[in-house]
Amino acid sequence: MAAACLRLVWLAPLLLGLVDGGRAEPPRDALREELVITPLPSGDVAATFQFRTRWDSDLQREEGTDHYFLRYAVLPREVVCTENLTPWKKLLPCSSKAGLSVLLKADRLFHTSYHSQAVHIRPVCRNARCTSISWELRQTLSVVYDAFVTGQGKKDWSLFRMFSRTLTEPCPLASESRVYVDVTSYNQDNETLEVHPTPTTTYQDVTLGTQKTYAVYDLLDTAVINNSRNLNLQFKWKSPPENEAPPVPFLHAQRYVSGYGLQNGELNTLLYNTHPYRAFPVLVLDTVPWYLRLYVHTLTITSKGKENKPSYVHYQPAQDRLQPHLLEMLIQLPANSATKVSIQFERALLKWTEYTPDPNHGFYVSPSVLSALVPSMVAAKPVDWEESPLFKSLYPVSDSSSYFVRLYTEPLLVNLPTPDFSMPYNVICLTCTVVAVCYGSFYNLLTRTFHIEEPSTGGLAKWLANLIRRARGVPPL
Amino acid sequence: MGLLSDPVRRRALARLVLRLNAPLCALSYAAGVAWFLALAFPPLTQRTYMSENAMGSTMVEEQFAGGERARGWARDFAAHRRKAGALPAAWLERAMRSVGLEVYTQSFSRKLPFPDEAHERYMVSGTNVYGILRAPRAASTESLVLTVPCGSDATNSQAVGLLLALAAHFRGQIYWAKDIIFLVTEQDLLGTEAWLEAYHDVNVTGMQSSPLQGRAGAIQAAVALELSTDVVTSLDVAVEGLNGQLPNLDLLNLFQTFCQKGGLLCTLQGKLQPQDWTSVDGPLQGLQTLLLMVLQQASGRPHGPHGLFLRYRVEALTIRGINSFRQYKYDLVAVGKALEGVFRKLNHLLERLHQSFFFYLLPALSRFVSIGLYMPAVGFLLLVLGLKALELWMQLHEAGVGPEEAGGGPESSPPLQPAQSVGLASLVAPLLISQAMGLALYILPVLGQHVATQHFPVAEAEAVVLTLLAIYAAGLALPHSTQRVVSARAPDRGWMALKLVAIIYLALQLACIALTNFSLGFLLAVTMVPAAALTKPYGPRCRLGYWPTVWCPWGCSSPGSEKLCLRPGLPMSSFLEGTALVHLLLAAVRAQPHRPQRASAGHWVRGLETTHTDLPWAQPHERHGGRQSAG
Repeated sequence: MAAACLRLVWLAPLLLGLVDGGRAEPPRDALREELVITPLPSGDVAATFQFRTRWDSDLQREEGTDHYFLRYAVLPREVVCTENLTPWKKLLPCSSKAGLSVLLKADRLFHTSYHSQAVHIRPVCRNARCTSISWELRQTLSVVYDAFVTGQGKKDWSLFRMFSRTLTEPCPLASESRVYVDVTSYNQDNETLEVHPTPTTTYQDVTLGTQKTYAVYDLLDTAVINNSRNLNLQFKWKSPPENEAPPVPFLHAQRYVSGYGLQNGELNTLLYNTHPYRAFPVLVLDTVPWYLRLYVHTLTITSKGKENKPSYVHYQPAQDRLQPHLLEMLIQLPANSATKVSIQFERALLKWTEYTPDPNHGFYVSPSVLSALVPSMVAAKPVDWEESPLFKSLYPVSDSSSYFVRLYTEPLLVNLPTPDFSMPYNVICLTCTVVAVCYGSFYNLLTRTFHIEEPSTGGLAKWLANLIRRARGVPPL
Repeated sequence: MGLLSDPVRRRALARLVLRLNAPLCALSYAAGVAWFLALAFPPLTQRTYMSENAMGSTMVEEQFAGGERARGWARDFAAHRRKAGALPAAWLERAMRSVGLEVYTQSFSRKLPFPDEAHERYMVSGTNVYGILRAPRAASTESLVLTVPCGSDATNSQAVGLLLALAAHFRGQIYWAKDIIFLVTEQDLLGTEAWLEAYHDVNVTGMQSSPLQGRAGAIQAAVALELSTDVVTSLDVAVEGLNGQLPNLDLLNLFQTFCQKGGLLCTLQGKLQPQDWTSVDGPLQGLQTLLLMVLQQASGRPHGPHGLFLRYRVEALTIRGINSFRQYKYDLVAVGKALEGVFRKLNHLLERLHQSFFFYLLPALSRFVSIGLYMPAVGFLLLVLGLKALELWMQLHEAGVGPEEAGGGPESSPPLQPAQSVGLASLVAPLLISQAMGLALYILPVLGQHVATQHFPVAEAEAVVLTLLAIYAAGLALPHSTQRVVSARAPDRGWMALKLVAIIYLALQLACIALTNFSLGFLLAVTMVPAAALTKPYGPRCRLGYWPTVWCPWGCSSPGSEKLCLRPGLPMSSFLEGTALVHLLLAAVRAQPHRPQRASAGHWVRGLETTHTDLPWAQPHERHGGRQSAG
């Protein structure tokens, strides 16, 4: 221990000098990176990386944003894989050479049970009057490691077990590089989770409406990366936690298609408010492709068996092959309830060239987007965004009593009536053509009566004979 | 075309059809039956082959080794079930959660139309337990189902054990692209139906059930497992579903390839596969299997819990473990490996199973008859009705046209008009009545059940049967009460026109049934076609003896005798078919005392024309008859 302190003394001036040098002239490119690790009692562990890069821009901020040009698009079919990670990593200032990004090793990141990756880019004001702006690029990656698959049943984790790498050095371009470990005790006992090495500082905060405690490791602090030049965080559960489900969030949702057959169906979205006593509104945004023809009059919203009238509905009907349906509603969710939003649809017949190469796979319907201000259990302090950790901005707090949540439900897979694009289909087409050609002549035959026309011979003689016959009362020839 | 547009040749053809009608009919019927029997022989049966590219080879390495765990769970499950007297839902929930599944339960209840035979109860309730294995990184858009039905008896414990062991093994794998639902249902098929309805959020059968909390997207395929012993000698595969629906043949092919890979003995309809298809023995054995399959499919009842999935467009089959007296026995590991292989291959699917056949017959597991090859059998049978209808049409037509062709003057055109008016206007009433009878057969037995039990000292099941009998008894009076409608002026034409319409109607109905459920259509055609073709009134009282042919397709779709009352669109209750046939026979027998000597089909035409000479409009008939005998 003493040796370590000694070395600290040696190193400190060097490091301070570096940092001071950086501060003397604020860098145009500023990187903040952080990793939040949340071990759960079930043995799963979630890791969220956040990287924020800012650079100045010469662009002037326009007065007011014209929302007419706001666009929203979804590609529900896309599954994230390695080819999404590689270009994403290249956007990072240190690529994957130093800092937290050394942990981004594809084979381990995709060996997880949940994977989410995001890129946000937006202009931010550089001063109070907003005369000049900077661009902010924020990259987020969240993964959840599973005790059953990746953990082989063990509930203790370390950075090496998760990423098969350890942290060695901070990214030289980073102005802040931190690892937060959620050490909130789930029981009333003092501590259930043991973290090694022991954190020097902790950070207390209100996240998602609950009080959380984080152990903080600052990579720019030389004491953290020790003399062996690597940091391998290890978490051990002291008392083996019970196999219990994690607490249910206040707002969660589920979406499914009901009905069977290829003609009609119903889109259902179940919105759960599990808050024991507070109701809150939620904004539901649905975009449905045009080939599901929505029957808007069948839109029903029921909570606790009663009809729930939305306070705001905006519906923009689809145009075939041009734009999807857009349905936006503001729904009040009563406390401790499940609200069912359902709307019926009819499946349209596509032109045969409009089917995807794998038509029998089905067609995707994009997820509903739920935006809500969820009431929190603990009052949160107003925060200064620049000073607080990056993950705070995942769930922005507008006032102390609620926090903002945006949820995406699962996408849906709907089967459309699909012709059989195969040999029997061709045979049917051919047969129909033949039948259509034959039909005319057969119909002609069946509806026509045939008479044998005798050649008219002996015109005058016959006329005379008939005259006589008529006089006699005998039928004419 | 030339043949039909040339009046001389047309007349010759018509004469040929008229004269050779009976032999042609007999020949066509024989050809239909012979074609059906030949289906099991090699040129008509083909080897099965895998059409779906995504499941092309069996190159997966099965690693399942949880035999001991499976047996342990099976023992525990059996013990808990014995203690609880029902499905131990709580224990099952705990077990599923311990292997890392997302577990949900669903409770359901259903009032039975008839009391349960064993327990004399109407209300059946139970709890389904299911656990979802979420595929890593996928968005829960597709899923596969492994289901085990648990009845009230102590069977299928080993299946539950194997299900849990497979769940534990699958949970540790990273390669899943589709969610897997492990479902244990109570009350056998009732639980399966309740779960399926709740999953698709529909209510088809009036089931009361709690809504499902967890879902996993569109179900792509399902496998039902029934296993009651620790070791099995063979696995039996059941494919026939509700209303004779069949799963895609690729699913069966997949299972069969894994059976071959694991060296498992697989049977179909409890019959071993014949090895030698070149001699007669193999195909004969195949024919037995095929006949069993046809009977099973024609019944319209699901041959296992998988049958209920088919309605929701989920390809499914049931695998039953059989333990009989054979030397080689396989333990649960072998079965588990086969299932693991099947699921891993299904996991590879990019699209729903759609490449292979949906309509087929199976003489063996590795042989099939496609729809193009078996439809001619029923086609030949329906041709009999077509020929008969053609003959009747010509007789009706020539009754008016014949004299004109024979050189008659304009006086022959008036009889044509009444013939047609008799033919069309008078048919409306009997057709409507017979349709109403069919509708009554479909609805009344179930509707009238409560009324019957209130007012008469009968049980529910008896009430349905008695209502059916009552309707049939009322049906016996029909010919008598409606005979006046037809026999007003031209009795012969009347019944001929009616029979013509009835026969065409029957042929159309049978063709439709044969398209959706070949077995039912074929069995109905085999039994009804000769009766419908031969039925013919004698004497004044039994003119409408072929009434039942009009009702029968209606009667066939009655749900009355379905115990589960799953209300299929077109189930066949053999009882109804039987009664309809009995009715036909009754009509024929009642016809006998009047003119027994006219029963043979050979005397058909001549008999017709000589019976009614005393009638006022018989004049052209006589001429016609004379012309015929002269020709």
